[in-house]
Amino acid sequence: MARKLLLEHAQVEGIHTYDVYRKNGGYKAVEKALKSMSPEDVVEEVKKSGLRGRGGAGFPTGMKWSFIAKPEGVPRHLLCNADESEPGTFKDRYLMEKIPHLLIEGMIVSSYALGCNSSYIYIRGEYMYVLQILERAIAEAYANGWLGKNIQGSGYDLDLHVSPGAGAYICGEETALIESLEGKRGNPRMKPPFPAVQGLWARPTVVNNVETIAAVVPIVNEGGDSYAAIGVGKSTGTKLISASGNINKPGVYEIELGVSVEEFIYSDQYCGGMKNGKRIKACVPGGSSVPILPHYLITKTAAGESRLMTYESLADGGFASGSMLGSGGFIVYDEDQCIVRNTWNFSRFYHHESCGQCSPCREGTGWMEKVLHRLEYGHGKMEDIDLLWDIQRQIEGNTICPLGDAAAWPVAAAIRHFREEFEWHVNEPKRCLETNYGLVKEKTFESVNA
Amino acid sequence: MTENQEIQFPEHLLKEVGRIISQFPEGKQKSALIRVLHIAQAHFGYLSTPVMDYVARLLHILPIEVYEVATFYSMYDTQPVGRVKLEVCRTGPCMIEGAETIVSYIEKKLGIKDGETTSDGIFTLKTVECLGACGYAPMLQAGEKFHEHLTEEKVDQLIEMYRNKPVANYMGLENNG
Repeated sequence: MARKLLLEHAQVEGIHTYDVYRKNGGYKAVEKALKSMSPEDVVEEVKKSGLRGRGGAGFPTGMKWSFIAKPEGVPRHLLCNADESEPGTFKDRYLMEKIPHLLIEGMIVSSYALGCNSSYIYIRGEYMYVLQILERAIAEAYANGWLGKNIQGSGYDLDLHVSPGAGAYICGEETALIESLEGKRGNPRMKPPFPAVQGLWARPTVVNNVETIAAVVPIVNEGGDSYAAIGVGKSTGTKLISASGNINKPGVYEIELGVSVEEFIYSDQYCGGMKNGKRIKACVPGGSSVPILPHYLITKTAAGESRLMTYESLADGGFASGSMLGSGGFIVYDEDQCIVRNTWNFSRFYHHESCGQCSPCREGTGWMEKVLHRLEYGHGKMEDIDLLWDIQRQIEGNTICPLGDAAAWPVAAAIRHFREEFEWHVNEPKRCLETNYGLVKEKTFESVNA
Repeated sequence: MTENQEIQFPEHLLKEVGRIISQFPEGKQKSALIRVLHIAQAHFGYLSTPVMDYVARLLHILPIEVYEVATFYSMYDTQPVGRVKLEVCRTGPCMIEGAETIVSYIEKKLGIKDGETTSDGIFTLKTVECLGACGYAPMLQAGEKFHEHLTEEKVDQLIEMYRNKPVANYMGLENNG
């Protein structure tokens, strides 16, 4: 049985309450850190653990923490990014709803490590009911002396608050999140200065995903080395995967990094195989932004090796034949799904969510949506496929924040792997509305223009 | 001006606003804006210009600072909407699990299109982007409540239920609009 570090007690009756959480070993990491570790010791354990940002970027957390500026007399802030909005991703909601105290405990230990005395959880506005769960749990933590002044007699003070967004995917980008928390539109900032130097209210700030912060609790409890012993290479520890699409058992699963994609999709412990015995057509393994993989590149890499659920293995082959672990939003498509329709759907999403600051993204996402709509509804021309390729290339890398890239990558990957299905939409404008193309033919990778 | 004078939070909501402002450092009360706008929308029904001006006065910021935020975020309504907003997720995983069928079913049942409100002012139908419930698709949100694994029967029940029952829009606060 795979080890669970975050969701071990998720099914325990009443675990969302302080008493039950405490009885199950809760707040031991805070006790340990405040009594026997310096802030630097905590940072050191996180570095040793190899923990990488669980929101999607996969940046080493310990290193990110070490960048925080420490000017004399200027408060620093830790912000928890609970703006989960990447299509396919619903793990943070699950964690916060089930075990709110785990996030709070992680916030206390992480804030201590960074020297912050006032931290915030920024949660997407649509999760207002989760905000209430968190606020109730925070009140319990204050009442039991884990928040506020002189926590457990340690001399360390911390205030923790939750603040909502109001419906904007872009606020998951850390500088947009900071803008939003300052009560403004979520327009990402130019970097530098980086948040570690000038973030919230121009103070040094670290922004970490919910799952990243929760993972600090087992790291402090059991030590960074013990965490790093799980996983493969630079993919250490466990990861929450949100599984959706045409599988038998959609839901949130905690995996040990390194489990094979094949096992994840077909084992009863996880997705339980394809629904209705259909064949698998495609998979988006890390949230809507990451490249979609065709059926023959999901469980095996282009080199014929078994594909694993790790940052490295999912990216094996680069964008030519690989994808990314991303946020762990794992979407599975069966043979009845239409790639053109799915790509159009995602493009509409990015067009809707573009903040409008940068022209390539503001205009380009709209053009892609229109061209894809035309193709899907049987009005497309062959040149449209090259036009799409051209537009996405001119968005990628030309915007202030990564939303542009996130909009471009799914379109690029769909054309790269499913060009024949796009061509079929042009050649069979009526049939594409009634039926679906099925599986694409396998390609070799010397010929792909990636 | 008479309109402006009517716009006033009751005592318990003013207290809630005070609690939220106190979560931020002195002089950074603008950080409370997004949450206060949620409260204003839940209480007044939608964010009319006088409501936004009132929020600006509460937070000691300029009205334009409120307008620009209210028009940026998709959860805010600056025009009147129905008492119950049915927000159906239309993104990727929900689409492949039948979100489009659910939307057409609601459109037919209520006789409105996406973005419209029923003539009795009860329901507004709105398609929205990913709400983080992909594994429990298709789904819709009504006020703060998520309704998942939707079927036509489930939609029928929801519509009957909300026809006579208030919907909680902000931490249990009911829409009076």
